[in-house]
This record gives sequence, structure tokens and C-alpha cells, in this order.
Amino acid sequence: MDFFSYVSQHWERISFLGMQHLQLVLIAVLCAGVVSLGLVAATERLPRVRAALLSFTGTLLTIPSFALFALLIPVFGLGVLPTILALTVYAVFPIARNTVTGLEGVDPSVIDAARGMGMSATRRLFLVRLPLAWPVILNGFRVATIMVVATAAIGAAVNGPGLGELIFRGLSRIGGANALNEALSGVVAIAVVAAVLDLIFVAIGKLTTSKGLHV
Amino acid sequence: MSDSVATESMIRLVEVTKRYPNTPADAVRPLSMEIRRGEFVVFVGPSGCGKTTMLRMINRLIEPTAGQIWIDGRDVTHTDPDELRRHIGYVIQQVGLMPHMSVARNISLVPEMLGWDKRRTAARVDELLDLVGLEPGTFRARYPKQLSGGQQQRVGVARALAADPPLMLMDEPFGAIDPIARDRLQDEFLALQERIRKTIVFVTHDIDEALKLGDRIAIFAEGSRLAQFDTPREILSRPADDFVRSFIGERAAIRLLSVVTVGEVAGRAPATDRPGEALSAQPEEPVSAVLDRMLTQNRQILEVGGKRVLAQDLLFASTGDRQDPA
Repeated sequence: MDFFSYVSQHWERISFLGMQHLQLVLIAVLCAGVVSLGLVAATERLPRVRAALLSFTGTLLTIPSFALFALLIPVFGLGVLPTILALTVYAVFPIARNTVTGLEGVDPSVIDAARGMGMSATRRLFLVRLPLAWPVILNGFRVATIMVVATAAIGAAVNGPGLGELIFRGLSRIGGANALNEALSGVVAIAVVAAVLDLIFVAIGKLTTSKGLHV
Repeated sequence: MSDSVATESMIRLVEVTKRYPNTPADAVRPLSMEIRRGEFVVFVGPSGCGKTTMLRMINRLIEPTAGQIWIDGRDVTHTDPDELRRHIGYVIQQVGLMPHMSVARNISLVPEMLGWDKRRTAARVDELLDLVGLEPGTFRARYPKQLSGGQQQRVGVARALAADPPLMLMDEPFGAIDPIARDRLQDEFLALQERIRKTIVFVTHDIDEALKLGDRIAIFAEGSRLAQFDTPREILSRPADDFVRSFIGERAAIRLLSVVTVGEVAGRAPATDRPGEALSAQPEEPVSAVLDRMLTQNRQILEVGGKRVLAQDLLFASTGDRQDPA
């Protein structure tokens, strides 16, 4: 059976796992977003703590994903929870790093003018600093999302949901009937999910960034 | 000009001091000064003399370590700084327009914070754009990046004037603008000030700009020492010390010609009965401008207020009371 007829025959399963994969990624990125923005906000006046946290979350990123999933098994068992947790851990760093970079990159003279006209710290944050840092922050979300789409496949190793299941099952019985097609369908579907999410981020960026920053 | 200015004080600084932690000397040593309502005061001095620090203490962007700041009869040293700043215009060299907001929105920020309604704010935006020489229909919806440096600073001035504050603080506002545009902006700003009569504190390191713009000039020396605080004319004709003398540089007598008017000078100069065609001038014109016309039109005699004066007498009468031991 060729690849395309395999896909059309198993379309229901592939699309189901694809939706699962997508949900998994979005939940993890959302959690990571809340954690990252919380960390950045909490360390607003603690630059040393912030630097330490950034390098710590950066270090977490270097743990091989297989190892991280395995490490979580004794504590959280198998299934959805450890998968989401591991993916969240990976997504925190790019989001936090870009949020900090974005906020630090805001032109100091703009902040000075904002203070000089009597804007409170809260007003400055929501009216000036966040909107100006937004393109960079959004890019952090984008990088985290794409990264997590790929890593989520490993979640199948701990019985997690998503397209990883196709790859792992296919590979485990390689040589068998349609084994290669099964693994391949997982790989391609993951690439499609990543591409679609990337396009969505481009669209969000266009829609939510002030025209004044494009010109 | 100065007699139309009320003598009431707008800003009173009392022993205002700034010292940063772990530094041996004051960044600004105790400074006391009074600035009158409607007066245009320029702080000038070499870099590191504390003039910008001093300016930023007036709206408390930098908190003074000691001393009091009175604005409009109120001690503002311990009031809410954000509230204070909403009633003081602030213009900086880098302009600092919000790049993600349109020109109109930039100008509306302070009125919004003060709770103006939309219609009043919109009308004020157009009025201000007109005032700073930008056509509202063309510029209202533009973004800062679509403007030249000079246009950006016009918007910066409009923004500072938005809520009609009685006091404006300006930190080298024309410093980053090319010389030709700067000269024009200075002239326009002087004309604007004639109309709106704000109290202005203006920082520059350029003595020529200070002499051109200021009603009074505060010359700061290294270590934030206030070397002289006086009118351009007094500074040019009676520099307080060697520092001031070297700071105003050579050609002080020539520079004096642009701060004295032919009206006052003609009173001191002898009248002439030499025949010939005279150039007539208004009494309030500066001597330098009138001399320039005399030279280009090849006239040796000036007629002002019915009195005929020779060019050379005009010159010496202009600089006659200058005292310069050097």
C-alpha cells in the first residue's frame, strides 16, 4: 500500500491524534506562558533573581527530552500529566527569555518621556512597555510552540497523547505491514501541525502589532 | 519685554541638593534659585555640570536628597510625582514619542490621564498641531517613524503643551536636529513663546542657543557651581568670573550686538547731522540685524525714533558699557 492510500484509509485516526497533539501543545504553551510572564513580573525589581531563573530554565532545556519524560515517571506516572509538564518546562525558557529581551529593548527615551508626562508604573507597563515589547514576546511564544510540537512526539514514550503514538508504534514493528507508512504519517502530520501553527503566529503578529512599528 | 512679565515667582528652589549613594561629592550642590512666571530660563554649562540633573529634579524624575522645590506657591517636594508631572510639560532631546501610537494619540496621552472627554481632546490635538506648524489633516494619523526629526520634535512640543501646563521643562530639545532646521525651530519656538508665555526651563550646552533663547541664563561650572544667573546682556557685558568669560568664548562683544536693541543704544549714541540716505529701523530690533541691513544696503546712517546715528557710533554705544579686564 502506498503512503497516500495509507493516509486516506487511516485519516480518522491520524486527524484525531493530530487534534490531540495540537491540544497538548496549546495547553503546554499556555501554561508556560502563564509561568513565564509570572516569573518576569515577579522579578521586575530583582534583576539578579531574574538572571538566575533565566539561566536555570535555560539549563532545563538542555536535558534530553527522553530523559526528562523518564525522570517524571516516578513522580507523575504515565500519560497526559507528565507529558504536559515536560513540555511546559521546555516552553518556559523561550517565552521568558523573549519577554525579558523585549521589555529591555524598549527605547529608554520613550520610558523617560512616559514618566515625564506623569504615567504611573502600571500605565507605562500596559500602554508603553508591553505593546512595544509585544512583537518580541510573541516571537518567544512562536519559538516555544514550534519546539514543543516536535518534542511532544516523545510524549508517546510515557503513553502520552498525540501523533508520537504513530511514530513509536510504526518504528516498534518496522518491517511489518505498513509500519513505515504509519511512522511516516506521524512525522508528516507533525510537520503539518508545526507549519499551520507557524502561519497562525504570523497572522496574529500582523493583527496585533501596531502599524507604527511596521513602517 | 521683561516689564510685561509678572514678578511673581513660578519656581523657587531652596537649597536643592542631589547626592548619589556611595559617592564622595554632591551631584548637585545646594542650589537656590527663583524663576518668575512667564520667564524663559536657560541652564547652560559643560557636560557633567549637573544641569540636566537639576532640571529633572524640578519634576522629580530625580528625587532631590535635600531641599525644597516650590512650584506656583506650593511645596511639591513630597506630593505625588505622577500627578505633579501631568501639570508640567516635558520635552527631551530624543523626543521619546510612543512609536506604536499615532501623532494624535501621542498628544492625547496627558489629556486622557487628566480625564478630558474625547471631543475636547481631539479639538486640542488639532489646535496644537496648528500651533507647532503641522497641518492636522496631514499629520494627525501619522506614526512617529513617518516624520523627520524636526517634525517629531514639533510633536514632542505639542505633546508637552497638551494640557496647557504653566511650566515647561526642556532638556536639549533641539540638540539632535540638524543646524538649519534647529535654527528655524528656535525662531519658531521664540515666536510661540511670545504668544503662550509659559514659564520655561531649558537645558543646553550651547551658549549661542542660550543667548538666543533665554530671558535669563544660569551658567553652571564643573561641580554644579552656579557661576552666574543673569540676562544674556549682563552675562556678555559683565561676566562674573573667568569661567563665564571662557565659557562665552571669544567675540563676546560681537555677540552682545544681537542681544541689545537699536532703541536703547541709539539713546546713548550721539546724533549726527551728516547728510545722506539713512536706513530706518524699529527700536526693538537687535543691533546685529540692523547692522546687517546697513552693510548690505550700504548705508552709513541709521534712523531710529527720529534720531540719526552713524554706524560707528551705534557700534561703540552698543558695547560701550562692557567690562572685560582681559
